[in-house]
Amino acid sequence: MKRWIPWLVGLVVILWIAGTVRPPKASAEGYDTPAFGRLPVLSGGRIQPIDTVARNSLRILSGKQVVRTGDGKLDATRWLAEVFFDSSQAAKRTIFKIDNPEVLGLFGWKQEQRKYFSYAELFPFLQAIEDQGQSAAEVEAAHRSPYQTGVLNLRNGLILYQRLADCLRPAELEDFAAEVDRYAEVLPIGLAAMSARASGKEYDEEAMRSFSGLVNRFEVLGKANHVMPVPPPNGDGEWMSLGAALLATAKDGVADPIVRGYAAAGDAMHAGNPEAFNQAVAKLGEATLARVPEAKSRAGFEGGFNTIQPFYVSMGLCVLAFLVACASWMSDAAAPQLRRGAFGTLLVALLIMSFGLIARMYLQGRPPVTNLYSSAIFIGWGTAVIGLLLEKIFKDGIGTACAGMVGFITLIIAHHLAANGDTLEMLQAVLDTNIWLATHVVVITMGYCAMFLAGMLAIIYVIRGRFSRNFDKATAAGLQRMVYGVICFATLFSFVGTVLGGIWADQSWGRFWGWDPKENGALLIVLWCTLILHARWGGFIKVRGLMIMTIFGNVITAFSWFGVNMLGIGLHSYGFMNKAFPWLIAFMASQLLLMAIAMPTLEKWRGLKQS
Amino acid sequence: MKSFLVKFIEFISSLKLTLFCLSAALLLVFAGTLAQVRYGIDIVQERYFQSLFIWWPPVETGAFRIPVFPGGHLIGGLLLANLIAAHVRRFRWGWKKAGIQLTHGGLIIMLAGGLLTDLFSVESFMRIQEGETKRYSESFLERELAVIDTSDPSLDRVVAIPEDRLEPGRLISHESLPFRIVVKDYLVNSELKMIAPSDTESKPASSRGSGARILLTKQSRATGMKDRDTRSAVVELIAGPDAADGAGLLGTWLVSDALAQPQTVEVGGKVWTLTLRAKRYYKPFSLTLHEFTHERYPGTQIPKDFSSEVTLNDEDTGESREALIYMNHPLRYGGETFYQAGFERTEDVTVLQVVRNPSFVAPYIGCVVVGVGLLLQFGMHLVGFAGRRKALSKT
Repeated sequence: MKRWIPWLVGLVVILWIAGTVRPPKASAEGYDTPAFGRLPVLSGGRIQPIDTVARNSLRILSGKQVVRTGDGKLDATRWLAEVFFDSSQAAKRTIFKIDNPEVLGLFGWKQEQRKYFSYAELFPFLQAIEDQGQSAAEVEAAHRSPYQTGVLNLRNGLILYQRLADCLRPAELEDFAAEVDRYAEVLPIGLAAMSARASGKEYDEEAMRSFSGLVNRFEVLGKANHVMPVPPPNGDGEWMSLGAALLATAKDGVADPIVRGYAAAGDAMHAGNPEAFNQAVAKLGEATLARVPEAKSRAGFEGGFNTIQPFYVSMGLCVLAFLVACASWMSDAAAPQLRRGAFGTLLVALLIMSFGLIARMYLQGRPPVTNLYSSAIFIGWGTAVIGLLLEKIFKDGIGTACAGMVGFITLIIAHHLAANGDTLEMLQAVLDTNIWLATHVVVITMGYCAMFLAGMLAIIYVIRGRFSRNFDKATAAGLQRMVYGVICFATLFSFVGTVLGGIWADQSWGRFWGWDPKENGALLIVLWCTLILHARWGGFIKVRGLMIMTIFGNVITAFSWFGVNMLGIGLHSYGFMNKAFPWLIAFMASQLLLMAIAMPTLEKWRGLKQS
Repeated sequence: MKSFLVKFIEFISSLKLTLFCLSAALLLVFAGTLAQVRYGIDIVQERYFQSLFIWWPPVETGAFRIPVFPGGHLIGGLLLANLIAAHVRRFRWGWKKAGIQLTHGGLIIMLAGGLLTDLFSVESFMRIQEGETKRYSESFLERELAVIDTSDPSLDRVVAIPEDRLEPGRLISHESLPFRIVVKDYLVNSELKMIAPSDTESKPASSRGSGARILLTKQSRATGMKDRDTRSAVVELIAGPDAADGAGLLGTWLVSDALAQPQTVEVGGKVWTLTLRAKRYYKPFSLTLHEFTHERYPGTQIPKDFSSEVTLNDEDTGESREALIYMNHPLRYGGETFYQAGFERTEDVTVLQVVRNPSFVAPYIGCVVVGVGLLLQFGMHLVGFAGRRKALSKT
């Protein structure tokens, strides 16, 4: 039986991966949305596949990646295609998440079973939402009430929706492609009429009128640049919005085939014709590949990355590793096998996370940590590395268990942070220096990893020491050494990271230290580590004190990593997070509780008494 | 019985003092971070970090204050003394201790450098329009009262009175001024309101100049991220050698950040102007802005890069050259560093941060020394630990 344990764990791992990674399929009606999703567009300042635009937009609006309809589900790309091309149908989809009862009260609605509403339902209240959102926007983020935050989010969501709906197809047209052709056709006549009029000669009034009518319409379309689908004709130059590319036809008299392609695809979906849609999309794929091969293949890669969801997959594996490692302490007989199973699971999780991190670095062309989201992922990754190393040295399941738990929590946090929008977003000017991102940010994040890992190790020591029956002396001593070693590691990394941050600040703002909240947060970690080490060296604390102080390190690190961003002040405030606040407080309270559990003198610890 | 001196040395070099300082620093930094939400970073720096004590007034507006906690300079100073004393007292040369010695030596350099920076560095800003040449930078916070003789169209004669002299009741005279100045009032933050012609109740801020139609009220210090204090002063000018009989009183004038127009006074056939302006630091060289560029990522408002193309011109040394100042790439010249800090909305005006910090190298040296020290210390631990494990597994 024991022999089978690693295989059994392996089977669960495989089943989990197979269950979460599902290749995208064509929609139920037969639209080849996977191919459409892989088309590259410029949005948010970077080239990304339509699939990413769709997922991020839907996550911002509804917090999910699929749309539930009466009789099934739409994946994100299918939904976005509908928003682009079939606005009357898209307006019926319930995608706007409203969970604040006061916001619902604005429309005279009661909070009932459902939280999701459609554009059509909200349409009569657009002006009211705009007014309320506008006045909420004037309040500083830190001082907004939940209602104000709610109504502002709704307003911003509606703006995003409208910008998406406006950018690839004028809603009122039946046959956009024909219009595109007509424009190319009347262009020479119109231009001739225009120059004739300018020089005071006789001109064709009818041609002139129909020409300028088209120009006006496409100018509106040209300004809708949230998604710019037209790559530069000869490979380099600027990407253009559909309308702008159409107007640029004026220069050579031929409609851009990509503009023509999007018009045809849009008409097809508008008319409910999957075959024509698939043909148009296939042509678009070929045309973009010919024009910008690198962007096309990168967008294809990103589409695949989106499908695999490496961090979501590894989240499950981290939990599994944690549970199996914990199980190894319950059963003495099967302990080595269970430990090996846990180790293997965490190793697979680490490999998948590494793939995800490297893929992100390739897509962004940046070091791994560029925003709060990626810092969360990196902490999960870093803890797994240190945890596996500890496991390799001590072989007692503790390193695996801790890294599994920390990895799981940070990946959950990352999962929720992703709801704020594009996680591969472009960087603000001041951050635009790879060398500092690669050194300061990475080193300081490694410091966070070590702090959380040490905290988790201390928690295990306290829980097992106080409550379990098989916490032998050797394990206790090993665990104590682990905590001490990881704290040393955390001191080194936090200190070097903080100082590197100071040097970066000196390079870009002219001062080494400015008492900015994020800087202070990093300093708090360094001070706390120094305090622990000196108190230990001076004999002021022993094992129990070390564990209690290390657990409090979790509180300080959480404050430094997340808490200071919630203050809504300072140079590092990259977005205020109301929603996370109760969770942060709950986390800190739980750590204080664990410290209280560790308070009684060691004679009262059951686990230590047993041995 | 130990002498007092021995006891003192033991105390100042003790580990207990280290732990006290570290704990106090921890609390101070935490409190100082939270306090920024309410008071803003400038006030917090001044009260918490660049002070010997944090003072708490039991009555919000009263002058009576109690020191409630050691401030940044006291804790930093104590920690520095503690480090140096411990270093001197326990210093033993040896490879085993090298890591610790280096770490603490580096920390001494960093702390001392930090203290020097706090005391001697000067930060100011330079605002230049495209095509404009400037030879001075301006203070962020400090003001000066500039009294300018404008009678010569080709040359302004300026008497600048620093802000700390503008105490109410103070009499200021200067050899090149034909009048003396009495400071009537000085407000750190204030509000200016026009008095309506129908309003006969409100008392105007001054008897002469724009202030004669303005109501001046005191405000509490600005605390928001983007709020700034509006400083104002009311001054009385007295001409002639003796004002005991009240003769020669020219009247009072209001000067303020909020008044764009300089106030004028005519004395002895010459026109003088009075302005309250940011304190200026003149340089022996000038900067000319050719072009300011602000790039955004296509289709977004996310800034990609800011840069200023300037010419540096130093008549003393004859140095004249072009320089490009952009994010993370400042211009260093004449002991000062010029950083791209911002721009104005029209995007034809650049704002450069100007920093003179004589001890700017201290953290660079300090952190390298500490880094090497920590690596050595923990590295030796790790090697020793691994060695023991190996020995253990062999037995």
